[in-house]
Amino acid sequence: MSSFLDRLTGRVRLGGWLAVAAPVIAILFAVLITSAVLLVAGNDPVEAFRTLADYGSQPPTMALILNTSVGYYISALAVAVGFRMNLFNIGVDGQYRLAAVVAAGLGGAAVLPGVLNIVLTIVCAVVVGALWAAIAGVLKVTRGVSEVISTIMLNAIATGVGSWLVSNYFGVLNGNDLATRPIPDDAHVPGIPLVAGAPQPVNGFIVLAVILGAAYYVLLNRTRFGFDLRATGQSETAAVASGVNVRRMVVATMVISGAVAGLSGMPELLGASFKYSNNFPTGLGFTGIAIALLGRNNPVGMAVGALLWAFLDTSSDALQLLNISKEIVQIMQGVIVLSVIVAYELVHRYRIVAEQRRVSRELAAPAEPEGAAA
Amino acid sequence: MKILYGMQRPDEGEIRINGSPVGFHTPADAIAAGIGMVHQHFMLADNLTVLENVVLGSEPRKGGIALDFAAAHKRIKEISDAYGLGIRPDATVEELGVGDRQRVEILKVLYRGARILILDEPTAVLVPHEVEELFGNLRDLVSQGLTILFISHKLDEVLRVADAITVIRRGTTVATVDPKDVTARGLAELMVGSELPSPETRESTVTDVVALSVRGLSVLTDGRAVVDDASFDIHKGEVLGIAGVEGNGQAELVEAIMGMRACTADLLTLNGASIADWSTLRRRAGGIGYIPEDRHRHGLLLESPLWENRVLGHQTRRPNARGIWIDRAGARADTRRIVEEYDVRTPGIDVDAAALSGGNQQKLIVGREMSGDPVLLIASHPTRGVDVGAQAAIWDHLRRARAAGLAVLLISADLDELIGLSDSLKVILRGRIVADVDPATVTPEQLGSAMTGAGEGA
Repeated sequence: MSSFLDRLTGRVRLGGWLAVAAPVIAILFAVLITSAVLLVAGNDPVEAFRTLADYGSQPPTMALILNTSVGYYISALAVAVGFRMNLFNIGVDGQYRLAAVVAAGLGGAAVLPGVLNIVLTIVCAVVVGALWAAIAGVLKVTRGVSEVISTIMLNAIATGVGSWLVSNYFGVLNGNDLATRPIPDDAHVPGIPLVAGAPQPVNGFIVLAVILGAAYYVLLNRTRFGFDLRATGQSETAAVASGVNVRRMVVATMVISGAVAGLSGMPELLGASFKYSNNFPTGLGFTGIAIALLGRNNPVGMAVGALLWAFLDTSSDALQLLNISKEIVQIMQGVIVLSVIVAYELVHRYRIVAEQRRVSRELAAPAEPEGAAA
Repeated sequence: MKILYGMQRPDEGEIRINGSPVGFHTPADAIAAGIGMVHQHFMLADNLTVLENVVLGSEPRKGGIALDFAAAHKRIKEISDAYGLGIRPDATVEELGVGDRQRVEILKVLYRGARILILDEPTAVLVPHEVEELFGNLRDLVSQGLTILFISHKLDEVLRVADAITVIRRGTTVATVDPKDVTARGLAELMVGSELPSPETRESTVTDVVALSVRGLSVLTDGRAVVDDASFDIHKGEVLGIAGVEGNGQAELVEAIMGMRACTADLLTLNGASIADWSTLRRRAGGIGYIPEDRHRHGLLLESPLWENRVLGHQTRRPNARGIWIDRAGARADTRRIVEEYDVRTPGIDVDAAALSGGNQQKLIVGREMSGDPVLLIASHPTRGVDVGAQAAIWDHLRRARAAGLAVLLISADLDELIGLSDSLKVILRGRIVADVDPATVTPEQLGSAMTGAGEGA
């Protein structure tokens, strides 16, 4: 039988309308709780939600949401690959930051011109992320170190290594601001004017995000590797008996997860700030965990989750106009994740019972004479 | 059974105890109502003493916090003496044999005040003389006014021990009979609803061609040899049975042959090729089919649809895969074939494996492992926990495959199954193969004493 953890990370699938019912129930529930919180804080929930809706439907906001969600989505994909195999890569955060530092250093050095520099920078980020994650994978299979512990530790180490690299090798002082050398203009990934009426274009990496989402789906559902990965996540014992080399799968999955994690910093680096400084966004890896949970590791679900998360992030400014503190938004994000987990658990239990009933009903209908039930 | 013990709720109907209706929401309710359950798989902590295991979860308190072991000790002794269980409260569970452990389980529920005992397949893990002891204990309990619900697939045992028998088929009561008025055959026909199957194989199909050859295979765990210098050959068309009390190295032997567990061997060949260095995957692709002992742990992805379970263990081979890709259409079509040919009762191939009954899950596994022309089939307890109908079908498939030249390594706790299906039989005891017996002449009693090391073997 599946454990609560399996259901939490979506290794157990829900079919049909139930897959949609759970998140809808969860969001309604989250709205209810948030309304209660708003009322207690002395604000009008109806007005707050109307403001949120107004704000979210304006073109500049929509572009902003899309931009923010690109990194979130890629980060969630990195987490989800591990989740599907029962690996908790808490280290996406360290992996993307270290990858971004090294890639920024290399990109800023501009050893290659133009598009080639973009490619080189991206490849560098992928390799650094993958290597950093591989440390945790190798430790797990050779020494039995829990990847949760090792990736958390590696996050702290990545922070240290990143600062050391910036201050000793890659950093240039510009006023008081220590940052890597800016990546030259010819190696900037151009934006796409996707939202009509918005002043800024949408980050070009949105294309990569969509491709990665599709690749994630194909890898997991259509390839032998994906089958082995899901089988290992569902039942390691059954996977071993079926001939899966679990050690190799652990390392391979960590490498893939880390490689994708390395990519998740690129929309910011090559599409927005073009250098790594103290202002480079942090915590993307942890947001990715929340979104992977929210989207149940489903590529479409995570896209919706990333957009919702980005919307809530950007909307906190609008709420301040109503004198609603921006922390309300964080409460809302937390409540949504919790509600989703609870709602899926309820729907899952319902589904198991319903399916067993259905099977016994359909089998009982054409009552054949032979065959006994235990 | 789960409903009686409060683990599941009934959709309709009622339960009455001593005439008054009751409703259970949790096992705790059932325990409070005096119902106790002895599970098929023991739920004991090996490193604790009998006393600690018995009081676990309902510890007697002294002054609110401290445990009152003296009182518990006294009560356990009282119960043990009253029902003639002969239990030493201070022994650790790991030193106890299977029969003793079962008595500890029974004592555990009696300690909680149970007056109605549910025993789920209590004899599955016992050898014949332990079964006799158990039945003696049960008669003592009944004579003291307790009620026992004895659930079993083994008809002769039910006939011997029960005062009244209720036959359930597909979840419905089909008959309630008096054991004095019914024969084992009659009872079995009630259960199956048709003719009774028997595990006997007819003429020998053993050939001279060796499929699997094992010489000097040992498995070490914590410096102890759990399989010690095992050697045997299995020929094409031969069923080699391994008899032994569970936990004597059978599981480790199977896992070593499957490449799931490290072992040392002088020789390990399949069809003449050495497979000692092969991975599990390569061994499977090389023609070893595997019906695992615990289908839930090793045989199935319970929360995946049937067609994905068809792929499991065969994920590199046609019709399930093409290069690096999973061939969905091929796998689905072949799953339909298995469902058809092996009579897996399911509404479709998209339901989860967990929704099927044990017998149908097992038929799916048998069908899967027979696919792709295996050379050797390792069948560990192939009919454990399946209904009589599925059992007969599985036996049929094994016989047919044997006639077609398959070599079969059969591990089973069901002595009739071993004797009936095997062309040759070996007895394993503490990891060593201690005897060769001829299945044509041996009786279950002789085999049972060879398995426990009581006799000289046949």
